[in-house]
Amino acid sequence: MSAYLIKNVSVVGGAPTDLLIRDGVVAETGADLTAPDATVLDATGLVALPGLVDLHTHLREPGREDAETVESGSRAAALGGYTAVCAMANTSPVADTAGVVEQVWRLGREAALVDVQPIGAVTVGLAGERLAELGAMADSAARVRIFSDDGHCVADPKLMRRALEYVKAFDGIIAQHAEEPRLTEGAQMHEGEVSTRLGLTGWPAVAEEAIIARDVLLAEHVGSRLHICHVSTAGSVEVLRHAKARGVRVTAEVTPHHLLLTDERATSYDPVFKVNPPLRTAADIAALRAALVEGVIDIVATDHAPHAVEDKECEWAYARPGMLGLETALSIALDVLGPQWDLIAERMSRTPARIAGLDSHGLDPAPGVPANLTVVDPAARRVIEPAELASRSRNTPYARMTLPGRIVATFLRGEPTVLDGKAVK
Amino acid sequence: MIRHLLSGADLDAATATQILDTAAEMATVAGREVKKLPALRGRTVVNLFYEDSTRTRISFEAAAKRLSADVINFSAKGSSVAKGESLKDTALTLQAMGADAVVVRHPASGAPHRLADWVDGSVVNAGDGTHEHPTQALLDAYTMRSRLGRLAGLHVAIVGDVLHSRVARSNVLLLSTLGAKVTLVGPPTLIPVDISAALAPGADVSYDLDAVLPGVDVVMMLRVQRERMNDSYFPSAREYARRYGLDGPRLRRLPEHAIVMHPGPMNRGMEITPEVADSPRSTIVEQVANGVSVRMAVLYLLLGGNNR
Repeated sequence: MSAYLIKNVSVVGGAPTDLLIRDGVVAETGADLTAPDATVLDATGLVALPGLVDLHTHLREPGREDAETVESGSRAAALGGYTAVCAMANTSPVADTAGVVEQVWRLGREAALVDVQPIGAVTVGLAGERLAELGAMADSAARVRIFSDDGHCVADPKLMRRALEYVKAFDGIIAQHAEEPRLTEGAQMHEGEVSTRLGLTGWPAVAEEAIIARDVLLAEHVGSRLHICHVSTAGSVEVLRHAKARGVRVTAEVTPHHLLLTDERATSYDPVFKVNPPLRTAADIAALRAALVEGVIDIVATDHAPHAVEDKECEWAYARPGMLGLETALSIALDVLGPQWDLIAERMSRTPARIAGLDSHGLDPAPGVPANLTVVDPAARRVIEPAELASRSRNTPYARMTLPGRIVATFLRGEPTVLDGKAVK
Repeated sequence: MIRHLLSGADLDAATATQILDTAAEMATVAGREVKKLPALRGRTVVNLFYEDSTRTRISFEAAAKRLSADVINFSAKGSSVAKGESLKDTALTLQAMGADAVVVRHPASGAPHRLADWVDGSVVNAGDGTHEHPTQALLDAYTMRSRLGRLAGLHVAIVGDVLHSRVARSNVLLLSTLGAKVTLVGPPTLIPVDISAALAPGADVSYDLDAVLPGVDVVMMLRVQRERMNDSYFPSAREYARRYGLDGPRLRRLPEHAIVMHPGPMNRGMEITPEVADSPRSTIVEQVANGVSVRMAVLYLLLGGNNR
């Protein structure tokens, strides 16, 4: 294994130091390190963070390899500063068996750009009718701990209760896509002033809040861990705040796009802005930002959702929901939070690693720690060009926006996956 | 002049008034023996209809033909992403054929906006999903102005399924621009959230038709689909008709001069009784005739009445 000496880097915003990476770990830190055999990276002005961990990624393989593959999504992740991603289960076939989760896990190992941790489906075929073999997925080589029907809500309260209880046997966690399906039939965008103006069927905030309220009570009742995917409303924040104050074991994520973009974007009828849950209002954004700083929302997760051109270049109602996120997430976090490096490390690396049980991730670079880290240029500004993204898809909502920050290098167990801002393979 | 007509919000008072004035001139053509003007000779107008709407399509077709345009009717009913050609590919086809204007009716809100991104010609929204139907609003305004002599200061009640009505949205926008006051009336389940903030700050909402009727100059009844009751918007067609239907006794609550409008097609016995629909205060047939004049004016102005 080769050695790398990162010179004058600020570790999570601290005073500049040197980092020596050797044999997969951070071998040494301190001023004026030397290592004749090491490749030297001058990181003056740059910031090292523990490699980012995404709890919510759609890699589309198997099934929609035209939109993304495990390899292309892994490359996008590495370029975004990630060293681990959790791959959602809504593939085709659905990741509801040990066979499929092991396939995704193996594809991730072969791509070797990030650690791909498969998420298993809660119910067979995401149909919401009966439990998938959760234990088999937990015991498989993929060692699944997070289960989610993401894209669909586990709407049946009895089934949700059973799922929450059942996964306690292997310290599992249910990640809920909170959407009361009867309240969102035909829904196209946030229900409010803009949906009224545009004549698009509304997705009311209460459809999310009602499920979160129900599920925190269920989790409290059975003493299980619950994770809420892509929280999008101010009301959800209040429900979560209340639940956390009661000691419910609930964690929650917010996506970069819900921290930045409002439902006004739908005015263009360009479905690149169609996403589920939908973009909400400025008041929701303010509440989500505050909750993220405060810790009521635990993490930022991308909900990276690649879609083929034909699924977006069409009428709004016929388009698939979802937007790219891996390659822009850190920039959005910087834009929204500013250079609060410890907070960013907490919300985008340490806490998601802890929730997912990824022990070798989410650790600040320090001697003896696995060298899963990323190096950021906070002063850089870049214009997002969809064609330049590593994802197979082009559905970024940030096209032609200028965003702060650039990933200069990413290391996975001591091996660079990104150098000079480019993927090494 | 504007390039596309996608929304009632595309029209400021001056432009809308120009269209209505032009429509009045166009109306004189209908009275002649030869109902044709050479204004759009050599220009191509495509009627691109993804939904059945014989009355709207025929109205646009008559309008374009009276202006001597070449008319191509392109019925793409049932087309969607799942089956058949995509909207974008259709747009590129029309573009290659040199369409000067595309009149589009589509079940998806916003489809005309998408189309306008992909073709060079003018796009006229002939009704998109539950969004807008701006030429309907123009012909309604034209009809009100013809009957009542003005638009500014009129009080117009729009009654019924506002939530799903493209006619209502375009009318609220246009009437407000032209200085009329609008009150939206219907069961709360069929009035969309934040409607005044979304469309016109001056618009009011009422759930009580009887209270509104004595103070209006125009009552516009919207079509209500019986199927809505299966989705719990209201308990039954009978209850809807009782609370929000316009019948003889309610007609008599209106001021003497007030008129009754309906964009058609009507559900007789549901939102309007035959007695009302066929009364002299009803403008329903007139609206159809005015539709051709207004659409002539729109096509004429968009395609070069002024800017060529």
